[in-house]
Amino acid sequence: MSQAVHAGQPGLSGARRLDMTGLRDALHAEWTKLRTVAGPAWLLAGTIVATVAVSTAATAAVRCPSGTGCPVDTTKLSLTGIQAGQAIVAVLAVLAISGEYSTGMIRITLAAMPRRSAVLAAKAVLIAGLVLAAGAIAVGGSVLAGRILLPGHGFTAARGFPLESLADGPTLRAAAGSVLYLALIALLSLGIATLVRESAAAIGVVLGLLYLSPIILGVVTDPVWSHRLERYAPMSAGLTIQDTTGLRSLPISPWGGLGMLAAWAAAALLAGGLLLRWRDA
Amino acid sequence: MTADTVTPYQPDQQTGRDGFGQLLRAEWTKFRTVRGWVIGAVVAVLVMAGLGLFVGGASSSSCQSATGASGAPARSGNACGGTVNPVGPGGEPVTDSFYFVRQPLAGNGSITVRITSLTGLLPSSNPAAQGPIDTRPGLVPWAKAGLIVKDGTTPGSAYAAIMVTSDHGVRMQDDYTSDIAGRAGTVSPASPRWLRLTRSGDTITGYDSADGTHWSQVGTVHLAGLPSTVQAGMFAASPAWQQITQNFGGGENGMVAPSQDTAVFDQLSRSGAWPAGAWTGDYIDADGGSGIGGFHQASGRFTVTGSGDIAPVVPGQAGDTGTTVTQDLIGTFAGLIAVIVVATMFITAEYRRGLIRVTLTASPRRGRVLAAKAIVIGSVAFVAGLVAAAAAVIFAAQLAHTRGSYIFPVPWPTELRMVVGTAALIAVTAVLAVALGTVLRRSAAAVTLVIVVIVLPYILGAASVLPIGASDWLLRITPAAAFAVQQATPQYQQVTAIYSPNSGFFPLAPWAGFAVLCGYAALALGLAVVLLRRRDA
Repeated sequence: MSQAVHAGQPGLSGARRLDMTGLRDALHAEWTKLRTVAGPAWLLAGTIVATVAVSTAATAAVRCPSGTGCPVDTTKLSLTGIQAGQAIVAVLAVLAISGEYSTGMIRITLAAMPRRSAVLAAKAVLIAGLVLAAGAIAVGGSVLAGRILLPGHGFTAARGFPLESLADGPTLRAAAGSVLYLALIALLSLGIATLVRESAAAIGVVLGLLYLSPIILGVVTDPVWSHRLERYAPMSAGLTIQDTTGLRSLPISPWGGLGMLAAWAAAALLAGGLLLRWRDA
Repeated sequence: MTADTVTPYQPDQQTGRDGFGQLLRAEWTKFRTVRGWVIGAVVAVLVMAGLGLFVGGASSSSCQSATGASGAPARSGNACGGTVNPVGPGGEPVTDSFYFVRQPLAGNGSITVRITSLTGLLPSSNPAAQGPIDTRPGLVPWAKAGLIVKDGTTPGSAYAAIMVTSDHGVRMQDDYTSDIAGRAGTVSPASPRWLRLTRSGDTITGYDSADGTHWSQVGTVHLAGLPSTVQAGMFAASPAWQQITQNFGGGENGMVAPSQDTAVFDQLSRSGAWPAGAWTGDYIDADGGSGIGGFHQASGRFTVTGSGDIAPVVPGQAGDTGTTVTQDLIGTFAGLIAVIVVATMFITAEYRRGLIRVTLTASPRRGRVLAAKAIVIGSVAFVAGLVAAAAAVIFAAQLAHTRGSYIFPVPWPTELRMVVGTAALIAVTAVLAVALGTVLRRSAAAVTLVIVVIVLPYILGAASVLPIGASDWLLRITPAAAFAVQQATPQYQQVTAIYSPNSGFFPLAPWAGFAVLCGYAALALGLAVVLLRRRDA
């Protein structure tokens, strides 16, 4: 059906239809590329395994001995694995574009689909969709692990730690927000990889950018600077979506933090898209 | 015209064509002529030194608030951050505050005493938010009282002491860092402890006894440069009581309040040139004698009360605001990422471009090719790391000096170990990256793997994301163990503090942690050589 439309019908409506089918073709092509190499499937599986494994390990390592107060945000604790899973998501997203540069495939892609922004948009939609699906499984597994492990470690309902459940508003927000967080990390990585092109360098830039803030925050004691870092650094701001306790003292609101990460991702994609149009492949 | 009249072009170095020197030169040429790799190495240096400086600049909050909104730099060195700790004989910052009941001792001599009780007061465990702190009877584990011989009353001066403690039996300690265990058990009227210190020149020997007749030697220490007249007598000290809970992902919450202890001494006997006059009691402290303390003498019994501690200061101890040299090196992880990217591409780019076939045709002994690559990239990484670490440490110290903020002094061999160790950590990681790049052949996979095995455990462990038990475990078995070379101060068993990676204490000794990384690098390199030989390029 889509092939028939390609015969350039004149007029505004025809052009618009061409637009839509252009994106649909791009999506189809990108989906075929992703589907027919083994890498993405393994990386998505790796994301799920790493997230659930690190979450479970972190939850298993924390205990609340009786007789002491435990200032632990159990929801955030059971979602710790996101910090490891995001590294694999970043690799998946980086490879989606830089893999084409390393093999020279990008020239074929752009010859077949000269509308370069459509190519990038199709990649973004597909990667985000796949990461959302894998992230939902990973977060579900992490929450389940927390639900099973936490009561046995002293975090019981009697002591103010109700059984972790997605029916609870803040927990649902933290869990759903973590899935969105992974998707935004993927988009940020895709944008940076489009800018940098070289896969190794792009992965270095993405992981450096993400992990910079937690490390620096550990040693910066100046409240002005640590406040700035917590508000504006992509990982610190984005992960506030996982906070369910002490919301008033957060440097940025949970959704505001996720919005900050979204702004980073949008800026990276925009810059990547513009450079993709301007530069020779 | 026959073929043998044509002289083929022969370069000068043809004699040593397959020599290892030629290989090294070839690999070095490859490295220095790829602009991106040289830029990557420079970026590593800049990022590492720059982050160290940024942290140094953004960590002097107490000083900035003291100068107000005008932004003028703090002039006087001690204007902010409260007391600057005195420095002990070994160059390390120390706490030297205790109650001292003393007399001068000229020349050699000895002092013997019996201690019949050690009791104390602790702050109430649930103090009111405001108002005076309630107290309850009790002792902190390292509450101490006993005999001491000290080079004057200046805080930070040399000393040797033998003491009873609350939970750790009899100890002999000298010059703040050294701690020797004596007779175990707690002191009580039913089981008193006899203590003796003997001075002979600059040698001090400590003895303990349960009955005053059967003595055993606890230790002998040498205090270099001890003057002929020293201050000697009884002391009591009790470190601050701390209750600390570690927050998950958010550092520690702590409560710190002073504690005090009281010891009863009797059966005092002396030999040597002691004056006949009365005993002097004062509180020794860098602040000028503001601590809790006092003594009471009646019919040969001395009741001495004191607070404070005679011990090294440990960074990260509750209530402390100083920065350490470890924090100046915080940029290491970022430099490491840049070096990992460059080192991995040093081999994977050959596979991507097909250059590896040319390389292996020119030099068919594949193990040597890999060795040459590892040496070249390791040396480049070492030099880059050395420059960056030295710059970070030196400039951050200057920055802290001009801003008047406090950096924990570290003896120079330790500082040298930290700088050289950081460079070595980066160099060996580069070798690990080349090896894994050879095994995996794909830059994305190799870069991610190396970052995940070395940078991620460091972040999870050292950035306080995980509880102490889990992060200790991570920093013991992963290549990130090598970050132990950046530990600035040793752990002291006689000081109660949180010894967590987050506050700069690693579970392994510096070079032991480094050896873990070397082990991984050697394994990876071995695997890479085997695979490079077996597989087609």
